[in-house]
Amino acid sequence: MIGSLELTQLQQLWWIICSLVGALFIFMNFVQGGQTLMFSLAKSPEEKTLIINSLGRKWELTFTTLVLFGGALFAAFPLFYATSFGGAYWVWIAILFTFIIQAVSYEFRRKPNNFLGAGTYEVFLFINGSLGLLLIGTAVGTFFTGSNFLLNDYNFVKWQHPLRGLEAAFNLFNVSLGVFLIFNARTLGALYLANHLKHDELVERSRRAAFVNLLCSLPFLLIVLGGLLTMDGYAVDAATGAVSLEAGKYLNNLLGMPIVLLLLLAGLLLVVGGVYLAHYRKSTQGIWFSGPGTVLVVLALLFIAGFNGTAFYPSKFDLQSSLTIYNASSSHYTLTAMSYIALAVPFVLAYIAYVWRSMDAGKLSLEDVAKDGENEAY
Amino acid sequence: MIESLDLSMVNWARAQFALTAMFHWIFVPLTLGLSFLLAFFETLYVRTGNETWKRITKFWMSLFAVNFAIGVATGIILEFEFGTNWSNYSWMVGDIFGAPLAAEGIFAFFLEATFFAVMFFGWNRVSKGFHLFSTWMVAVGSNLSALWILVANGWMQYPVGMKFNPESARFEMENFFEVLLSPVAVGKFTHATSSSFQLACLFVVAVSSWFLLRRRHQEMAKRSIIVASIFGLFASGFVAFTGDEAAHKVGQFQPMKLAAMEGLYDGEVGAPLLIFGVPNLEKRPGDDLPAFHEAVGIPYALSFLTNRSFNSFVPGINDLLYGNAEHGVMGVTEKMTLGKQAVEQLALYKGAKKVGNEAAAQQALVGFEQTSPYLGYGYLNSAEEAIPPIALNFFSFRVMVGLGMFFPLLFLALLIATLYDKIAEQKWLLVTGVASLFLGYIASEAGWVVAEVGRQPWAIQGLLPVGVARSNLTTATVAGTFFMFLFLFTVLLVAEVRIMLKQIAIGPEEN
Repeated sequence: MIGSLELTQLQQLWWIICSLVGALFIFMNFVQGGQTLMFSLAKSPEEKTLIINSLGRKWELTFTTLVLFGGALFAAFPLFYATSFGGAYWVWIAILFTFIIQAVSYEFRRKPNNFLGAGTYEVFLFINGSLGLLLIGTAVGTFFTGSNFLLNDYNFVKWQHPLRGLEAAFNLFNVSLGVFLIFNARTLGALYLANHLKHDELVERSRRAAFVNLLCSLPFLLIVLGGLLTMDGYAVDAATGAVSLEAGKYLNNLLGMPIVLLLLLAGLLLVVGGVYLAHYRKSTQGIWFSGPGTVLVVLALLFIAGFNGTAFYPSKFDLQSSLTIYNASSSHYTLTAMSYIALAVPFVLAYIAYVWRSMDAGKLSLEDVAKDGENEAY
Repeated sequence: MIESLDLSMVNWARAQFALTAMFHWIFVPLTLGLSFLLAFFETLYVRTGNETWKRITKFWMSLFAVNFAIGVATGIILEFEFGTNWSNYSWMVGDIFGAPLAAEGIFAFFLEATFFAVMFFGWNRVSKGFHLFSTWMVAVGSNLSALWILVANGWMQYPVGMKFNPESARFEMENFFEVLLSPVAVGKFTHATSSSFQLACLFVVAVSSWFLLRRRHQEMAKRSIIVASIFGLFASGFVAFTGDEAAHKVGQFQPMKLAAMEGLYDGEVGAPLLIFGVPNLEKRPGDDLPAFHEAVGIPYALSFLTNRSFNSFVPGINDLLYGNAEHGVMGVTEKMTLGKQAVEQLALYKGAKKVGNEAAAQQALVGFEQTSPYLGYGYLNSAEEAIPPIALNFFSFRVMVGLGMFFPLLFLALLIATLYDKIAEQKWLLVTGVASLFLGYIASEAGWVVAEVGRQPWAIQGLLPVGVARSNLTTATVAGTFFMFLFLFTVLLVAEVRIMLKQIAIGPEEN
């Protein structure tokens, strides 16, 4: 059934799937946001522990989503995987480091004899939530601003900048996207905590933090959106596959794909709406608006980057080395096989939702954490 | 052009992969095996309602969690290292290799991550039955993740189900099930998981023996030893069976690896399997020096292991390098000649395509198709490059096999002594039990040394040498990240071991 699809349809399908996983990861970054919020939200060590335990029930899902994002890109767009990871080496290594230190921090933080002390592990979590997201933002920014690489006849990458990916951090658009991701994650983190904690003062502080962080994120969002609507983009000639710079390409993409424009607007509205509900209506359900809103916004951004004859991983050094979803993908056979595997995703989402619901049936309180005991609580 | 240059960078990249993989493998076997032991313990608790089993479960679970966290931390880097340090590889075989990694994420990691939270925080939140189910799911999820990554590794040892596409200059998948069910992949999975069960049992045995030596938590320790010894015995039987099968497959599909493991230079009919030997480090292929200073072997055993026939021929390094017409062995030298033609024809094909000369492209394609199976050999600079390090493989293999035969005896002795309630008096047995954990780690890591170092110089056996598979990075960059990982992982390992020891010292009562 899937095998009868055209190669281009499969490539588009897989760009949608990868975008969806990426978008879910950015939603799940509420964990990272919470990690940077805990220092300001908590007024006592117990409160901090409560926050960490609340996030600690979810961090692995976020982490796993990142791993799946990597795996899906590898399987569906191996040339992107090879070009970006092997080329923009330092930026990815730095991102990975922030996730390595995150992975041990929840478990090790409060364990006796933990070598580095609880404070160090908390700083690890903060680094992951700040530097990690900043770098992810700058890396994703290059989907629009381009990178410095050259592919030879055999598609082997030669990076043309000595900073090997970190040079992306010297671009206002890329950095703004990174900072926006940090503040958006903090907004989502605050909304998640407001939803998940049974602690009136912390919930109140979280609601306020959601509002403040949304305000902080807005200037960076404006830079990103402003840049996106005005910058030149990397257009692909449908007939020859040649890549050229086109004025207002991303604006044209939005106008040319009204559904994507709708996704973007609906997403932004939902993000703001969630915070509005939390701050003005004292609702605890804001995360269920701002979270899906974030998913829609990221989907829209990635669709703008990859669809409508656009190079999603452009090279500004050599336009013809730029990657499109058509020249970077796996074969028809592999994309088909992977599509059958992906049929399991709804089932996976279903059991995650079921477990999430049964675990979060009651909100998390200081007493719950105490009941979990010294050795099980994070 | 595809170039195979800058060996120092390649060696640093190999060292980095070895470092991260070996660190990762400190934690993975425990996760794979302990997860099932937890499921056994908790099942006993749910079936009997006996609170002691619950205490036992929770104690081992707390150690499992510490180990699991660092396993996750060291694991993520491996996935992305294929891209960062081996980007040419990622492109050339990503069409085949990426699929198992993605499947691992979808089928396995989410099971682990989702039910892990229930297993730890669900004691008071979900029903007893659902909690037990979650513990089982963590075990299933962990071992499923092992399945997919070992399928990927198995494919690197024995690449099947694919074809080289000269148009895209990469290997493309033709049959997913051939990749998934390749005999090497199945062998890798069963051998790696069963040996991990063995190691996890040794872990439980070691900690429990230590408790008994200190006369603490004796009831818990004895019960743990009984469960771990029984599971360990079953696992050991399986390790032996799958190990024999794995060695047989090496003989069939990676004869050079087998020759290196045995230090066999000149092939023999009715070849003996060496029990022990002192390899002659001066020995070079093609010379007349003896391969060993001393050696003791079992007659005919290697022939039987390789071909399941006592009087069969097992090719040695010299046969594999220079060919042996009598036994139908094609040498690396001949393969290199054909491989260089393939490289040349591929370049001609790409060049003709670029300038739009279709006739020349077709002509080059015909030449390429005739020689393409040997493409990888075209990138070797000398035939001798095709030999993996011999002494390292020879000793790693013997350490692994020797220890693998010792562990079931230990499990049996522990089980009998515990069942007769004599274990507390058998100090020597308990001390051996504690020490065996380290032996278990040595055996387990040695197994990976044989698997990976034995495949050298190939990233993909016979198709893609490491020198081509690399990323375009400077030696300093890769050496730099090598030391960064070394430092970070060492710090995390120290933290992990300290926390573990403290948790063990605290013991189950306080948990």
